[in-house]
Amino acid sequence: MMRASHTQRGFIAAILHRLSGIALAIFLPLHFLALATALNGASALDAFLELTRQPLVKLAEWGIVVALAVHMTLGLRVLAIEFFDFREKTLAMLSACIAAVFAVGLVFILNAG
Amino acid sequence: MNPALFVAQRLTAFVLALAVAVHLGTILYAIRGGLTAGEILARTHGNAAFMLFYSVFVIAVAIHAPIGLRSIIREWTPWRGRSLDAALVLFSLLLLALGFRAVYAVYA
Amino acid sequence: MMERAAPDSVLEVEIWRGTEEGSFQEFRTPRREHQTVLDVVTEIQREQDPTLSYRFACRVGICGSCAMVVNGRPRWTCRTRVSEVIGGDRKIKLEPLRNFTIVKDLAVEMTQFFDKWKKARGSFEPGDKPAEDFAIVPPGSKKRREVDEHIECIGCGICYSACDVVAWDKDYLGPAALNRAWTLVNDVRDRGNAERLEAIAHSDGCQACHTHMSCTEFCPKSLAPTYSIAGLKRAVFWRSLGGKP
Repeated sequence: MMRASHTQRGFIAAILHRLSGIALAIFLPLHFLALATALNGASALDAFLELTRQPLVKLAEWGIVVALAVHMTLGLRVLAIEFFDFREKTLAMLSACIAAVFAVGLVFILNAG
Repeated sequence: MNPALFVAQRLTAFVLALAVAVHLGTILYAIRGGLTAGEILARTHGNAAFMLFYSVFVIAVAIHAPIGLRSIIREWTPWRGRSLDAALVLFSLLLLALGFRAVYAVYA
Repeated sequence: MMERAAPDSVLEVEIWRGTEEGSFQEFRTPRREHQTVLDVVTEIQREQDPTLSYRFACRVGICGSCAMVVNGRPRWTCRTRVSEVIGGDRKIKLEPLRNFTIVKDLAVEMTQFFDKWKKARGSFEPGDKPAEDFAIVPPGSKKRREVDEHIECIGCGICYSACDVVAWDKDYLGPAALNRAWTLVNDVRDRGNAERLEAIAHSDGCQACHTHMSCTEFCPKSLAPTYSIAGLKRAVFWRSLGGKP
Protein backbone atom coordinates (compact mmCIF):
# COMPACT_ATOMS: atom_id res chain seq x y z
CA MET A 1 0.00 0.00 0.00
CA MET A 2 1.43 3.36 -0.98
CA ARG A 3 1.95 5.55 2.02
CA ALA A 4 -0.87 8.04 2.28
CA SER A 5 1.58 10.91 2.52
CA HIS A 6 2.95 10.03 -0.90
CA THR A 7 -0.22 11.01 -2.66
CA GLN A 8 -0.24 14.48 -1.10
CA ARG A 9 0.51 17.39 -3.38
CA GLY A 10 3.38 18.62 -1.20
CA PHE A 11 5.19 15.32 -1.56
CA ILE A 12 4.60 15.10 -5.30
CA ALA A 13 5.88 18.64 -5.71
CA ALA A 14 8.95 17.87 -3.61
CA ILE A 15 9.74 14.69 -5.53
CA LEU A 16 9.36 16.37 -8.93
CA HIS A 17 11.58 19.17 -7.69
CA ARG A 18 14.18 16.72 -6.49
CA LEU A 19 14.17 14.49 -9.60
CA SER A 20 14.33 17.45 -11.96
CA GLY A 21 17.25 18.78 -9.92
CA ILE A 22 19.11 15.50 -10.33
CA ALA A 23 18.45 15.49 -14.06
CA LEU A 24 19.75 19.04 -14.39
CA ALA A 25 22.85 18.30 -12.32
CA ILE A 26 23.68 15.43 -14.66
CA PHE A 27 22.87 17.44 -17.78
CA LEU A 28 24.85 20.56 -16.93
CA PRO A 29 28.42 19.27 -17.33
CA LEU A 30 27.37 17.80 -20.68
CA HIS A 31 25.85 21.11 -21.69
CA PHE A 32 29.07 22.93 -20.82
CA LEU A 33 31.12 20.38 -22.76
CA ALA A 34 28.88 20.81 -25.79
CA LEU A 35 29.19 24.59 -25.76
CA ALA A 36 32.93 24.36 -25.33
CA THR A 37 33.24 22.64 -28.70
CA ALA A 38 33.14 26.22 -29.98
CA LEU A 39 36.73 26.49 -28.77
CA ASN A 40 37.57 24.66 -31.94
CA GLY A 41 35.66 27.17 -33.98
CA ALA A 42 32.08 27.67 -35.07
CA SER A 43 32.18 24.66 -37.36
CA ALA A 44 32.99 22.39 -34.43
CA LEU A 45 29.93 23.66 -32.57
CA ASP A 46 27.87 23.34 -35.73
CA ALA A 47 28.98 19.74 -36.13
CA PHE A 48 27.72 19.10 -32.63
CA LEU A 49 24.46 20.95 -33.25
CA GLU A 50 23.91 18.72 -36.29
CA LEU A 51 23.74 15.78 -33.90
CA THR A 52 21.02 17.51 -31.96
CA ARG A 53 18.70 17.59 -34.95
CA GLN A 54 17.87 13.91 -34.49
CA PRO A 55 14.35 13.38 -33.10
CA LEU A 56 15.55 11.44 -30.06
CA VAL A 57 17.92 14.23 -29.14
CA LYS A 58 15.16 16.78 -29.64
CA LEU A 59 13.04 14.76 -27.24
CA ALA A 60 15.84 14.78 -24.68
CA GLU A 61 16.21 18.53 -25.16
CA TRP A 62 12.52 18.96 -24.56
CA GLY A 63 12.90 16.85 -21.42
CA ILE A 64 15.68 19.04 -20.13
CA VAL A 65 13.78 22.24 -20.88
CA VAL A 66 10.77 20.81 -19.05
CA ALA A 67 13.00 19.69 -16.16
CA LEU A 68 14.35 23.20 -15.91
CA ALA A 69 10.85 24.68 -15.92
CA VAL A 70 9.68 22.14 -13.31
CA HIS A 71 12.63 22.82 -11.06
CA MET A 72 12.27 26.57 -11.29
CA THR A 73 8.51 26.78 -10.76
CA LEU A 74 8.52 24.35 -7.86
CA GLY A 75 11.58 26.10 -6.47
CA LEU A 76 9.69 29.38 -6.58
CA ARG A 77 6.90 27.65 -4.65
CA VAL A 78 9.38 26.64 -1.93
CA LEU A 79 10.80 30.16 -1.80
CA ALA A 80 7.25 31.55 -1.54
CA ILE A 81 6.43 29.29 1.40
CA GLU A 82 9.77 29.80 3.15
CA PHE A 83 10.41 33.49 2.59
CA PHE A 84 7.13 35.12 1.76
CA ASP A 85 5.00 33.21 4.27
CA PHE A 86 2.84 31.90 1.47
CA ARG A 87 0.09 29.71 2.92
CA GLU A 88 -0.76 27.02 0.45
CA LYS A 89 -4.37 26.09 0.99
CA THR A 90 -5.47 24.72 -2.34
CA LEU A 91 -4.12 23.16 -5.47
CA ALA A 92 -3.96 26.58 -7.10
CA MET A 93 -0.23 27.12 -6.68
CA LEU A 94 0.71 23.67 -7.88
CA SER A 95 -1.69 23.94 -10.80
CA ALA A 96 -0.11 27.24 -11.77
CA CYS A 97 3.32 25.59 -11.68
CA ILE A 98 2.17 22.73 -13.90
CA ALA A 99 0.49 25.15 -16.29
CA ALA A 100 3.69 27.17 -16.56
CA VAL A 101 5.69 24.02 -17.26
CA PHE A 102 3.24 22.95 -19.97
CA ALA A 103 3.46 26.40 -21.52
CA VAL A 104 7.25 26.26 -21.62
CA GLY A 105 7.19 22.73 -23.03
CA LEU A 106 4.72 23.76 -25.69
CA VAL A 107 6.68 26.86 -26.70
CA PHE A 108 9.76 24.70 -27.05
CA ILE A 109 7.95 22.27 -29.33
CA LEU A 110 6.50 25.09 -31.41
CA ASN A 111 9.78 26.92 -31.75
CA ALA A 112 12.07 23.97 -32.16
CA GLY A 113 10.03 22.22 -34.79
CA MET B 1 22.36 21.24 6.05
CA ASN B 2 23.94 23.84 8.25
CA PRO B 3 22.89 27.52 8.25
CA ALA B 4 25.73 28.58 5.96
CA LEU B 5 24.79 26.03 3.29
CA PHE B 6 21.13 26.90 3.71
CA VAL B 7 21.80 30.61 3.18
CA ALA B 8 23.99 29.85 0.15
CA GLN B 9 21.37 27.52 -1.31
CA ARG B 10 18.47 29.95 -0.93
CA LEU B 11 20.43 33.02 -2.04
CA THR B 12 21.65 31.29 -5.18
CA ALA B 13 18.08 30.08 -5.70
CA PHE B 14 16.92 33.68 -5.95
CA VAL B 15 19.76 34.52 -8.33
CA LEU B 16 19.01 31.46 -10.45
CA ALA B 17 15.29 32.23 -10.54
CA LEU B 18 16.17 35.38 -12.43
CA ALA B 19 18.96 33.84 -14.47
CA VAL B 20 16.89 30.85 -15.54
CA ALA B 21 13.95 33.05 -16.48
CA VAL B 22 16.23 35.10 -18.72
CA HIS B 23 18.01 32.05 -20.12
CA LEU B 24 14.82 30.12 -20.86
CA GLY B 25 13.25 33.10 -22.49
CA THR B 26 16.33 33.70 -24.60
CA ILE B 27 16.67 30.08 -25.66
CA LEU B 28 13.00 29.62 -26.47
CA TYR B 29 13.23 32.69 -28.67
CA ALA B 30 16.57 31.85 -30.25
CA ILE B 31 15.70 28.30 -31.31
CA ARG B 32 13.07 29.52 -33.73
CA GLY B 33 13.90 28.28 -37.18
CA GLY B 34 16.71 26.14 -35.87
CA LEU B 35 19.86 27.18 -34.11
CA THR B 36 23.30 27.25 -35.64
CA ALA B 37 26.67 27.90 -34.09
CA GLY B 38 26.93 31.03 -36.17
CA GLU B 39 23.74 32.40 -34.62
CA ILE B 40 24.87 31.58 -31.10
CA LEU B 41 28.32 33.01 -31.56
CA ALA B 42 27.03 36.10 -33.29
CA ARG B 43 25.18 36.95 -30.11
CA THR B 44 27.82 35.95 -27.60
CA HIS B 45 31.06 36.85 -29.31
CA GLY B 46 32.67 39.79 -27.56
CA ASN B 47 29.40 40.48 -25.74
CA ALA B 48 30.50 41.53 -22.27
CA ALA B 49 26.97 41.65 -20.93
CA PHE B 50 26.33 38.05 -21.97
CA MET B 51 29.65 36.98 -20.54
CA LEU B 52 29.00 38.60 -17.20
CA PHE B 53 25.51 37.20 -17.07
CA TYR B 54 26.63 33.65 -17.77
CA SER B 55 29.58 33.95 -15.39
CA VAL B 56 27.20 34.82 -12.58
CA PHE B 57 24.98 31.97 -13.74
CA VAL B 58 27.88 29.50 -13.61
CA ILE B 59 28.95 30.58 -10.13
CA ALA B 60 25.39 30.38 -8.81
CA VAL B 61 24.86 26.93 -10.27
CA ALA B 62 28.20 25.68 -8.96
CA ILE B 63 27.03 26.60 -5.48
CA HIS B 64 23.36 25.62 -5.76
CA ALA B 65 23.58 22.19 -7.42
CA PRO B 66 26.09 20.47 -5.11
CA ILE B 67 24.26 21.64 -1.99
CA GLY B 68 21.03 20.22 -3.39
CA LEU B 69 22.71 16.95 -4.29
CA ARG B 70 24.18 16.77 -0.80
CA SER B 71 20.74 16.64 0.83
CA ILE B 72 19.55 14.04 -1.65
CA ILE B 73 22.56 11.77 -1.20
CA ARG B 74 22.49 12.04 2.57
CA GLU B 75 18.81 11.20 2.70
CA TRP B 76 18.58 8.53 0.05
CA THR B 77 21.93 6.75 0.35
CA PRO B 78 24.14 5.75 3.28
CA TRP B 79 26.89 8.10 2.08
CA ARG B 80 27.57 11.08 4.34
CA GLY B 81 30.42 12.81 6.17
CA ARG B 82 33.63 14.30 4.91
CA SER B 83 34.14 12.09 1.89
CA LEU B 84 30.74 13.18 0.55
CA ASP B 85 31.51 16.84 1.19
CA ALA B 86 34.86 16.45 -0.54
CA ALA B 87 33.25 14.78 -3.55
CA LEU B 88 30.71 17.58 -3.79
CA VAL B 89 33.40 20.25 -3.60
CA LEU B 90 35.05 18.47 -6.52
CA PHE B 91 31.76 18.47 -8.40
CA SER B 92 31.39 22.17 -7.70
CA LEU B 93 34.87 22.83 -9.04
CA LEU B 94 34.06 20.73 -12.09
CA LEU B 95 30.99 22.83 -12.79
CA LEU B 96 33.00 26.01 -12.34
CA ALA B 97 35.79 24.81 -14.62
CA LEU B 98 33.57 23.45 -17.37
CA GLY B 99 31.19 26.37 -17.02
CA PHE B 100 33.82 29.06 -17.41
CA ARG B 101 35.40 27.13 -20.23
CA ALA B 102 32.06 27.15 -22.03
CA VAL B 103 31.55 30.86 -21.33
CA TYR B 104 34.99 31.58 -22.68
CA ALA B 105 34.39 29.36 -25.70
CA VAL B 106 31.43 31.43 -26.86
CA TYR B 107 32.77 34.78 -25.79
CA ALA B 108 36.28 34.77 -27.10
CA MET C 1 -25.28 0.03 25.62
CA MET C 2 -23.86 -1.72 22.61
CA GLU C 3 -25.44 -0.83 19.33
CA ARG C 4 -27.08 -3.68 17.52
CA ALA C 5 -24.84 -5.22 14.92
CA ALA C 6 -26.41 -5.56 11.52
CA PRO C 7 -26.88 -9.32 11.07
CA ASP C 8 -24.45 -9.98 8.23
CA SER C 9 -22.22 -7.03 8.76
CA VAL C 10 -18.74 -8.01 9.66
CA LEU C 11 -15.51 -6.08 9.60
CA GLU C 12 -12.26 -7.67 8.54
CA VAL C 13 -9.48 -6.11 10.48
CA GLU C 14 -5.78 -6.67 9.87
CA ILE C 15 -3.69 -5.71 12.85
CA TRP C 16 0.08 -5.60 13.14
CA ARG C 17 1.37 -7.98 15.81
CA GLY C 18 4.89 -7.98 17.11
CA THR C 19 7.64 -5.39 17.02
CA GLU C 20 9.75 -4.52 13.97
CA GLU C 21 9.57 -8.24 13.31
CA GLY C 22 6.07 -9.52 13.20
CA SER C 23 3.11 -9.98 10.94
CA PHE C 24 -0.45 -8.95 10.39
CA GLN C 25 -3.14 -10.90 12.17
CA GLU C 26 -6.67 -11.01 10.83
CA PHE C 27 -9.71 -10.55 12.98
CA ARG C 28 -13.38 -10.48 12.21
CA THR C 29 -15.58 -8.29 14.35
CA PRO C 30 -19.17 -7.08 14.16
CA ARG C 31 -19.77 -3.93 12.20
CA ARG C 32 -21.81 -1.45 14.15
CA GLU C 33 -23.26 1.86 13.22
CA HIS C 34 -21.24 4.92 14.36
CA GLN C 35 -18.30 2.71 15.31
CA THR C 36 -14.95 4.39 15.66
CA VAL C 37 -11.74 2.54 14.91
CA LEU C 38 -10.96 2.74 18.64
CA ASP C 39 -14.24 0.94 19.33
CA VAL C 40 -13.12 -1.79 16.94
CA VAL C 41 -9.68 -2.25 18.49
CA THR C 42 -11.13 -2.23 22.00
CA GLU C 43 -13.79 -4.81 21.14
CA ILE C 44 -11.18 -7.08 19.56
CA GLN C 45 -8.86 -6.79 22.53
CA ARG C 46 -11.61 -7.41 25.06
CA GLU C 47 -13.60 -10.07 23.28
CA GLN C 48 -11.07 -11.91 21.16
CA ASP C 49 -7.43 -11.39 22.03
CA PRO C 50 -6.42 -9.90 25.37
CA THR C 51 -2.77 -10.00 24.31
CA LEU C 52 -3.30 -7.21 21.77
CA SER C 53 -1.44 -4.08 22.87
CA TYR C 54 -2.59 -0.60 22.01
CA ARG C 55 -2.94 2.80 23.64
CA PHE C 56 -5.81 5.12 24.38
CA ALA C 57 -6.85 7.39 27.18
CA CYS C 58 -9.50 10.07 26.82
CA ARG C 59 -11.27 8.48 23.80
CA VAL C 60 -12.78 11.86 22.92
CA GLY C 61 -10.09 13.50 20.77
CA ILE C 62 -8.24 15.50 23.41
CA CYS C 63 -5.18 13.50 24.45
CA GLY C 64 -3.82 12.06 21.18
CA SER C 65 -2.80 8.75 22.79
CA CYS C 66 -4.72 6.60 20.32
CA ALA C 67 -2.79 7.72 17.25
CA MET C 68 -1.95 4.91 14.84
CA VAL C 69 -1.90 4.24 11.11
CA VAL C 70 -5.32 3.33 9.75
CA ASN C 71 -5.41 2.13 6.13
CA GLY C 72 -2.14 3.90 5.47
CA ARG C 73 -2.95 7.23 7.12
CA PRO C 74 -1.90 8.29 10.63
CA ARG C 75 -5.01 9.23 12.56
CA TRP C 76 -6.59 9.36 16.00
CA THR C 77 -8.63 6.18 16.16
CA CYS C 78 -11.12 7.66 18.62
CA ARG C 79 -11.99 10.34 16.05
CA THR C 80 -12.02 8.08 13.04
CA ARG C 81 -15.32 6.53 12.11
CA VAL C 82 -15.11 3.13 10.49
CA SER C 83 -17.48 4.46 7.84
CA GLU C 84 -14.86 7.12 6.96
CA VAL C 85 -12.05 4.72 6.25
CA ILE C 86 -13.62 1.51 5.13
CA GLY C 87 -13.03 0.75 1.51
CA GLY C 88 -15.15 -1.32 -0.83
CA ASP C 89 -13.44 -4.43 0.49
CA ARG C 90 -14.75 -3.81 4.04
CA LYS C 91 -11.23 -4.17 5.42
CA ILE C 92 -9.37 -2.09 7.92
CA LYS C 93 -5.62 -2.27 8.31
CA LEU C 94 -4.09 -1.08 11.55
CA GLU C 95 -0.41 -0.41 12.04
CA PRO C 96 1.60 1.35 14.70
CA LEU C 97 2.78 4.90 13.97
CA ARG C 98 5.69 4.96 11.54
CA ASN C 99 9.08 6.44 12.44
CA PHE C 100 8.76 5.30 16.03
CA THR C 101 10.25 2.17 17.60
CA ILE C 102 7.48 -0.34 18.10
CA VAL C 103 7.01 -1.48 21.69
CA LYS C 104 4.43 -4.09 20.84
CA ASP C 105 1.68 -4.37 18.26
CA LEU C 106 0.08 -0.92 18.03
CA ALA C 107 1.97 0.76 20.87
CA VAL C 108 5.11 2.75 20.06
CA GLU C 109 7.98 4.17 22.05
CA MET C 110 7.52 7.93 22.33
CA THR C 111 10.80 8.72 24.12
CA GLN C 112 12.74 9.79 21.04
CA PHE C 113 9.92 12.12 20.03
CA PHE C 114 10.05 13.96 23.35
CA ASP C 115 13.83 13.88 23.50
CA LYS C 116 13.87 15.81 20.24
CA TRP C 117 11.37 18.24 21.75
CA LYS C 118 13.96 18.91 24.44
CA LYS C 119 16.78 19.09 21.91
CA ALA C 120 14.87 21.76 20.05
CA ARG C 121 14.51 23.65 23.32
CA GLY C 122 10.77 23.35 23.06
CA SER C 123 10.08 24.61 26.54
CA PHE C 124 9.63 28.06 27.99
CA GLU C 125 12.77 29.74 29.32
CA PRO C 126 11.99 32.40 31.94
CA GLY C 127 15.58 33.58 32.25
CA ASP C 128 17.62 34.31 35.37
CA LYS C 129 15.73 37.31 36.59
CA PRO C 130 12.05 36.84 37.29
CA ALA C 131 9.88 39.30 35.43
CA GLU C 132 8.77 42.17 37.58
CA ASP C 133 5.34 42.47 36.10
CA PHE C 134 2.98 40.72 33.73
CA ALA C 135 4.05 40.91 30.13
CA ILE C 136 1.64 42.84 27.97
CA VAL C 137 0.87 40.83 24.86
CA PRO C 138 -1.79 42.39 22.67
CA PRO C 139 -3.82 39.53 21.16
CA GLY C 140 -3.72 41.17 17.77
CA SER C 141 0.03 41.55 17.69
CA LYS C 142 1.87 39.65 14.98
CA LYS C 143 3.81 37.51 17.44
CA ARG C 144 0.76 36.62 19.49
CA ARG C 145 -1.12 35.66 16.34
CA GLU C 146 1.77 33.42 15.29
CA VAL C 147 1.73 31.74 18.67
CA ASP C 148 -2.05 31.32 18.60
CA GLU C 149 -1.87 29.62 15.24
CA HIS C 150 0.53 26.93 16.34
CA ILE C 151 0.17 26.53 20.09
CA GLU C 152 -2.54 23.88 20.25
CA CYS C 153 -0.20 20.93 19.68
CA ILE C 154 -0.74 18.11 22.16
CA GLY C 155 2.26 16.01 21.11
CA CYS C 156 0.35 13.11 19.60
CA GLY C 157 3.13 12.28 17.16
CA ILE C 158 1.06 12.03 13.98
CA CYS C 159 3.07 14.69 12.17
CA TYR C 160 6.31 12.97 13.19
CA SER C 161 4.91 9.69 11.92
CA ALA C 162 3.91 11.21 8.58
CA CYS C 163 7.16 13.06 7.97
CA ASP C 164 9.35 11.66 5.17
CA VAL C 165 12.43 13.52 6.38
CA VAL C 166 12.14 11.83 9.78
CA ALA C 167 12.02 8.53 7.90
CA TRP C 168 15.07 9.48 5.82
CA ASP C 169 17.12 11.14 8.58
CA LYS C 170 16.83 9.59 12.01
CA ASP C 171 18.20 12.68 13.73
CA TYR C 172 15.81 15.20 12.16
CA LEU C 173 14.10 17.04 15.00
CA GLY C 174 10.74 16.69 13.35
CA PRO C 175 7.71 18.92 12.81
CA ALA C 176 6.26 18.85 16.34
CA ALA C 177 9.43 19.87 18.15
CA LEU C 178 10.15 22.59 15.61
CA ASN C 179 6.57 23.80 15.69
CA ARG C 180 6.78 24.21 19.44
CA ALA C 181 10.13 25.96 19.15
CA TRP C 182 8.52 28.49 16.79
CA THR C 183 5.78 29.31 19.28
CA LEU C 184 8.46 30.04 21.85
CA VAL C 185 10.49 32.13 19.41
CA ASN C 186 7.37 34.29 19.18
CA ASP C 187 6.77 34.35 22.92
CA VAL C 188 7.78 37.84 24.00
CA ARG C 189 8.40 36.68 27.56
CA ASP C 190 10.88 33.97 26.61
CA ARG C 191 14.55 34.62 27.36
CA GLY C 192 16.05 31.59 25.67
CA ASN C 193 15.85 32.40 21.97
CA ALA C 194 19.54 32.72 21.32
CA GLU C 195 20.07 29.13 22.48
CA ARG C 196 16.87 27.97 20.84
CA LEU C 197 17.81 29.26 17.39
CA GLU C 198 21.18 27.64 17.87
CA ALA C 199 19.44 24.38 18.77
CA ILE C 200 17.28 24.27 15.64
CA ALA C 201 19.73 25.72 13.14
CA HIS C 202 21.70 22.69 12.07
CA SER C 203 21.61 19.90 9.56
CA ASP C 204 18.95 18.02 11.52
CA GLY C 205 17.06 21.15 12.37
CA CYS C 206 14.64 23.30 10.45
CA GLN C 207 16.80 23.39 7.32
CA ALA C 208 16.18 19.69 6.73
CA CYS C 209 12.49 20.28 6.06
CA HIS C 210 11.67 19.89 2.37
CA THR C 211 8.15 21.27 2.52
CA HIS C 212 6.43 17.98 1.76
CA MET C 213 3.68 19.25 4.06
CA SER C 214 2.56 15.82 5.25
CA CYS C 215 2.64 17.17 8.79
CA THR C 216 0.19 19.92 7.89
CA GLU C 217 -1.92 17.48 5.89
CA PHE C 218 -2.42 15.00 8.72
CA CYS C 219 -2.43 17.09 11.89
CA PRO C 220 -5.73 16.28 13.64
CA LYS C 221 -5.76 19.74 15.18
CA SER C 222 -5.33 21.39 11.78
CA LEU C 223 -2.03 22.90 12.77
CA ALA C 224 0.53 23.71 10.12
CA PRO C 225 4.05 22.88 11.26
CA THR C 226 5.21 23.63 7.71
CA TYR C 227 4.67 27.33 8.30
CA SER C 228 6.25 27.28 11.77
CA ILE C 229 9.30 25.65 10.23
CA ALA C 230 9.28 28.23 7.43
CA GLY C 231 9.30 30.91 10.13
CA LEU C 232 12.27 29.23 11.81
CA LYS C 233 14.06 29.04 8.46
CA ARG C 234 13.59 32.76 8.00
CA ALA C 235 14.81 33.47 11.53
CA VAL C 236 17.90 31.32 10.96
CA PHE C 237 18.50 32.85 7.53
CA TRP C 238 18.49 36.44 8.75
CA ARG C 239 20.46 35.55 11.85
CA SER C 240 23.14 33.89 9.69
CA LEU C 241 23.37 36.88 7.41
CA GLY C 242 23.66 39.04 10.50
CA GLY C 243 27.02 37.45 11.14
CA LYS C 244 26.28 34.84 13.78
CA PRO C 245 27.31 31.41 12.51
